[in-house]
Amino acid sequence: MAPARTALPRLLCAGVRSARRWPGFLRKATPGPAGPSGRMLTGAPNPARSEPQDDHDLQRKILDLPLKHSDFFNVKELFSVKSLFEARVHLGHKAGCRHRFMEPYIFGSRLDQDIIDLEQTASHLQLALNFTAHVAYRKGIILFVSRNRQFMHLIENTAQNCGEYAHTRYFKGGLLTNAQLLFGPEVRLPDLIIFLHTLNNVFEPHVAVRDAAKMNIPTVGIVDTNCNPCLITYPIPGNDDSPPAVHLYCRLFCTTINRAKEKRRQMEILYQLPSVKRAEDSGTAN
Amino acid sequence: MAAPCVSCGRALSARLSLTVRASLARRPGHWKPSAVDWQMGAGSQLLKLIHTTAVTTKKNVPASRHEVYTEDFIKKQIEEFNIGKRHLANMMGEDPETFTQEDIDRAIAYLFPSGLFEKRARPIMKHPDQIFPKQRAIQWGKDGRPFHFLFYTGKPSYYSLMHEGYGKVLQLEKHKGPLPVKTQHRDLIGSRWLIKEELEEMLVENLSDQDYMQFIRLLEKLSTLQCGPAEEEFVQRFRRGVAIQSKKQLIEPVQYDERGMAFSTSEGRRKSATAKAVVYEHGSGEISVNGMGYLHYFPVLQDREQLMFPFHFLDRLGKHDVTCTVCGGGRSAQAGAIRLAVAKALCSFITEDEVEWMRQAGLLTSDPRVRERKKPGQEGARRKFTWKKR
Repeated sequence: MAPARTALPRLLCAGVRSARRWPGFLRKATPGPAGPSGRMLTGAPNPARSEPQDDHDLQRKILDLPLKHSDFFNVKELFSVKSLFEARVHLGHKAGCRHRFMEPYIFGSRLDQDIIDLEQTASHLQLALNFTAHVAYRKGIILFVSRNRQFMHLIENTAQNCGEYAHTRYFKGGLLTNAQLLFGPEVRLPDLIIFLHTLNNVFEPHVAVRDAAKMNIPTVGIVDTNCNPCLITYPIPGNDDSPPAVHLYCRLFCTTINRAKEKRRQMEILYQLPSVKRAEDSGTAN
Repeated sequence: MAAPCVSCGRALSARLSLTVRASLARRPGHWKPSAVDWQMGAGSQLLKLIHTTAVTTKKNVPASRHEVYTEDFIKKQIEEFNIGKRHLANMMGEDPETFTQEDIDRAIAYLFPSGLFEKRARPIMKHPDQIFPKQRAIQWGKDGRPFHFLFYTGKPSYYSLMHEGYGKVLQLEKHKGPLPVKTQHRDLIGSRWLIKEELEEMLVENLSDQDYMQFIRLLEKLSTLQCGPAEEEFVQRFRRGVAIQSKKQLIEPVQYDERGMAFSTSEGRRKSATAKAVVYEHGSGEISVNGMGYLHYFPVLQDREQLMFPFHFLDRLGKHDVTCTVCGGGRSAQAGAIRLAVAKALCSFITEDEVEWMRQAGLLTSDPRVRERKKPGQEGARRKFTWKKR
């Protein structure tokens, strides 16, 4: 899972300015020579110190296990090319609005209207949803961004339903780049930004796309035929103007995030109590 | 009054001095923190507090804008305030349990009489919540995740209100249709929308004028649609009652003299003249001023017209008798004072509507104009000395 692995070090540094701020479990999950050698330096491991060693192993298991599967959260089953077609995801803008960098994703043009290649959309969507699920699994902060007034309320509700964050209002200049000043010295920045509309109300790229790239925050974005997919980590070529399409995206993201969080809860329960682990092993569907 | 013990007196004065100095220093002042050093050693912790709060003495700076008061600090201040209140109650010989804020104010005014004109510079002892401005509590938990889902917008409370309001509008439109229903203006009369400052205070956030206007527009839209009790309650949260001016008019009680005649008495002031008028309900339009007839006392037509105006307005020219005494001021001021006194006294004999008409005509308002003082460097209050080119 190449994208997940490259994103892992970034997630470990999520929104952090100094190492002492890292929550305990993340620090322990860092693989490296420091861990084992530190223990060896202090002397032979005695039974009293077996607990932190167990913890370290547990954390490693919980965080590393999903990375071994290509689709640990089974996001493929959430959608199909047919469901995308029915939600009118393939409809793009007129050929005159076409962005040069969107040409690889466009299947063709019918009566001057661009049609997006749904096969590519499906594969991009699968990658993006998988990545989102991994971020949610690792308790990352996800921020939904959009500047389209028609779907503002829906997106804020979606964010509330999955327990994540939304920003569909006027984007203040230094929100991501100058967060220390605006919020406080110990603020944690989002670990993933999901753009449901990459353009703002004057049809220019949203400032957050550039700012997230500056702050090394991975982005997932629905790019329409008039959008620039360059700075977005996981672009999803698709329609962002029809209500059925946007409703579908919101549903998909909500389901993935909830699924990932549920999985995380299950894994923690599974690995927390070693005595119950044997009993639960057979019961839980992994 | 119970004899105050020395220790509680000292602790009390330490607490008061803290508040006094804190309140003094927040206003444009010339107080220097170092002057405190020589005071009691028992309150040394308090002294340290005074220095570390680092109150600014800049002029015209709204108090403590960028000060961050930790929760522990505020809690400690509240404890000290409560202890100080009990000590004060003991000192004044009153029951500490039922010592209200008015009692505290009275006690402070008694113990620390101040001749300062600026009311805000006088010693006060108030609950810390009223002195220190409200601040936002820490917005995220131990793992760094913010509590509010709109935290990253910068104005979570304001935007969550907008979100909630818009959700309600959508719900109502879905059920009842987008057109406004003709609602009876139930509680819109007698109340007003929150002003921007009040909203900022409520949300503990800075808002722009456009934000505020958008919010009011949303609330107005919500109130035009027919809404249930939940939405009503939501809208009422942002309405403040406006005191209806007409209800505030004090009407004098009617008294009866030994002959059974109904009369009412009232006072009036204008410039430096004070007048006391006694208006009888039934009479023949005689007015006696300081024992003399009004024709004799006021030879000028303008002053007589002033006396007649309340009666003329109510169409009761020959129906009441007036006896009044007046002193101070000049002829015009005395006439105005009598007019006001007579109008006020007449209120007891007329209907409420007529009282409201008199109030709107300005008969029941005392004229606030007084003589403006002469300023140095000028010949009069406004007149400057003659300007000479060379």
